[in-house]
Amino acid sequence: MRITHARRIAQVFFFALFAWLCLVATVGTRFWQWRGWPIRWFLELDPLVALGTALTTHSLYPALSWALAVIVLTVLFGRVFCGWICPFGSIHHFVSWLARRSWPLKRRMEANRYRPAQVVKYCILAALLSAAALPAGRMMLASLQTGLLDPIPLVNRSFNLAALSIGDLAAGRWPGASRFCSGAGLIGAIFLAFVLLNVAAPRFYCRFVCPLGALLGIIGSAAPWGVGARRSKCTECGVCDLNCAGACNPMGPIRLSECLMCMNCLDDCPAEGPVNYGPRPSPAGEIVSPGMSRRDFVVSVAAGLAVAPLARLGGRTAGDWPAGMIRPPGSVAEEEFLARCVKCSECVKVCPTNVLQPAGFGFGLEALWTPVLNNRVGVSGCQSNCIACGRACPTGAIRPMTLDEKLGQGEFKAAGPIRIGLAYVDRGRCLPWAMERPCIVCEETCPVSPKAIRLEEVEETTRDGAKVRLQRPVVDPGRCIGCGVCEHECPMSGLRAIRVTADNETRDRNHAVLLRNEN
Amino acid sequence: MNPPSPDTGPLATRREFFRRGLRAGAAIAATGGLGAWLLNRHPPGDFSRVRASDPRRDFSVRTAGPRMAVATGRSRPAMLRGAMAAMGGIERFIERGDRVMLKVNAAFATPAVLGATTHPELLAELVRLCRGAGAASVVVTDNPINAPESCFELSGIAPAARAAGADLFVPGPGSFRPGTLPGGRLIRDWPVLFEPFAGVTKLIGVAPVKSHDRAGASMTMKNWYGLLGGRRNQFHQDIDGIIVELAMLVKPTLVVLDGTDTMMTNGPTGGSLADLKATNTLIVATDAVAADALGATLLGRSSRDLPYLGRAAGLGLGTTDFESLHPARVPAQSS
Repeated sequence: MRITHARRIAQVFFFALFAWLCLVATVGTRFWQWRGWPIRWFLELDPLVALGTALTTHSLYPALSWALAVIVLTVLFGRVFCGWICPFGSIHHFVSWLARRSWPLKRRMEANRYRPAQVVKYCILAALLSAAALPAGRMMLASLQTGLLDPIPLVNRSFNLAALSIGDLAAGRWPGASRFCSGAGLIGAIFLAFVLLNVAAPRFYCRFVCPLGALLGIIGSAAPWGVGARRSKCTECGVCDLNCAGACNPMGPIRLSECLMCMNCLDDCPAEGPVNYGPRPSPAGEIVSPGMSRRDFVVSVAAGLAVAPLARLGGRTAGDWPAGMIRPPGSVAEEEFLARCVKCSECVKVCPTNVLQPAGFGFGLEALWTPVLNNRVGVSGCQSNCIACGRACPTGAIRPMTLDEKLGQGEFKAAGPIRIGLAYVDRGRCLPWAMERPCIVCEETCPVSPKAIRLEEVEETTRDGAKVRLQRPVVDPGRCIGCGVCEHECPMSGLRAIRVTADNETRDRNHAVLLRNEN
Repeated sequence: MNPPSPDTGPLATRREFFRRGLRAGAAIAATGGLGAWLLNRHPPGDFSRVRASDPRRDFSVRTAGPRMAVATGRSRPAMLRGAMAAMGGIERFIERGDRVMLKVNAAFATPAVLGATTHPELLAELVRLCRGAGAASVVVTDNPINAPESCFELSGIAPAARAAGADLFVPGPGSFRPGTLPGGRLIRDWPVLFEPFAGVTKLIGVAPVKSHDRAGASMTMKNWYGLLGGRRNQFHQDIDGIIVELAMLVKPTLVVLDGTDTMMTNGPTGGSLADLKATNTLIVATDAVAADALGATLLGRSSRDLPYLGRAAGLGLGTTDFESLHPARVPAQSS
């Protein structure tokens, strides 16, 4: 078996595993549901997730220890992750091959020559990590935006929210059918764009955009083993460029940080030919530097350091915090949330009610694609007895909780239940308040005991002179947990007559409404 | 960049390979070490975990005992001098080298004549008295409701403080530290003014007498509200409770209650001279409860109308029976 066969098998295997783990990221006990599947494993493997959160929080979330294994792998063998494991890379690899399989050899070789623009991905990495390296702590400025372009969160988000949701919608009978996703159009369009860009240049994303590839390129450029060439034997036929995935110039001097370890050059170079795999350095020479000029570096770092505080100037983490931004239960306070969330959407996918949605642009630039509740979407509000999102989160932006902690039971009785918001009755729209019609669906569906919605009984006389007994809902702010079930069930389907905002959420005491909450 | 040819020799290659092997080993060891060191150093939520300390401060001068003086007149500086003399002289309270903080009421960006804030003439005289007693420094501060800089300037407090030789401290977001008041129900993990207290050895509260639609009256005890940061307006859900806890939080050296003009209506902002009534009284006391109990009478009320006075007295924080302090009466000076 040739080494490239082994690589293709690995690519297919890891892609299938990734797709499977996306598919099973749904609450349930059947074999095609979550059960014990390590649904966030690819995210845990991602060194950029680990490094980014380590920079913002000065801490390594235990689940991300897997990334250390990938770093060790890369230190020893180079960008094996890119060439053999990364599911996004495998998609690009396949589409690039598909787009060019009938091209003449000369054009294919030309397409795989190194281009100076490949340095852009290092600039992207430098900017993203600079924003993450801003001070954390009391005045938290650090902004984790790696998830915008980090390939694992990106492909995870695209699969979970766009691809699988379309499948759900089309199948109709799929479990959790008719899931909706706000902003799926943009998420899907970005995914498609990056896939289609492989027509412009092979593995476009991996060569020009990918910040994880850039990181692994830097880490792996000192690997003791690798691909090399012996100029003395070389006829300079250029066939090693024919299928080169990374455009790394295997003929030499090879660009170490660009080589994806795809091994196609070994395969394509004639037997006993100059290209081989072995201890480094390559006899034909090497280019270790990623090729960034000092000016590239300074500009990228400055951009990263400037843009994150500029976004913070919008005040969305301060006084102008968006009242509609209801974070899932267990979420840490917003500044730390923005320092942890990688926008992978794992929580959005596992949410059994589909109430959890990726945020659009309305909650501030930094919050794009982070999880928020939308009680108008899905089959119900946040379920009292569910803690799936915190278990799915790979970075601790949503803390893993026990049900006792969420519900304020057992050892958490004194702390009380986790509140994610507070419901407000719109007395101008509510049937019994404004329109002399009985209703109280909100009160009936309130899951808190004793109920967080009490009823005021009144008798009104209608225009016909008939007496009507009305029960009018009044929210008890000390008991409401903000789950949104009432809002979801309210019959005023246009603008609900009872609506939840994030006021009084547990995670930020500055959002408190009451001096004391009754538990 | 290495030249494209000729190829490097096998010996050099082997040496370089070992060098890289060692470097890779070191990198792996460093990765492992760093990973182990960083592992869960800050669990989720760690950054918003409050590390509250005991915010209580006691600036009372025990040797002086409970004292009170009440001056009558229209000139605030003259009344203050007279009352201080009747208290036994300011030297009884301020010693040479003391660092004094004056907690004024600078809540609103309104001119002094409207009586919503500590009067600058009174403040200036108090600064001069402290300086005269040998105070090494005098700092004037408050955490106002309106824009802080505007409050201090428009009320005349900042110019008066500067002219009399005091420093002005305008609190910023970093000036507060979370505190949990022992025995308190409200001040728990709450941001309390911290920064300007550095090195302070004496504290004097200076406030006008104002009606207050929520608390009944705003005098020297309500004035400590300015020590609170954060979204403190939640405490209006239990205004008597918070005023009592503030009295537990801070024990001043002295309080000065200015009833030269009393804000009878539209408190605590006022806004019109019609809201004021000339009551021609200035109170200096070691006991803020007693001072406010007397101040209540200027508003035509008694201490029974202000529940926080009774509750504070019940906790031993002072007495509502101000006559028991035998206040020294200082008649108006005929100048």
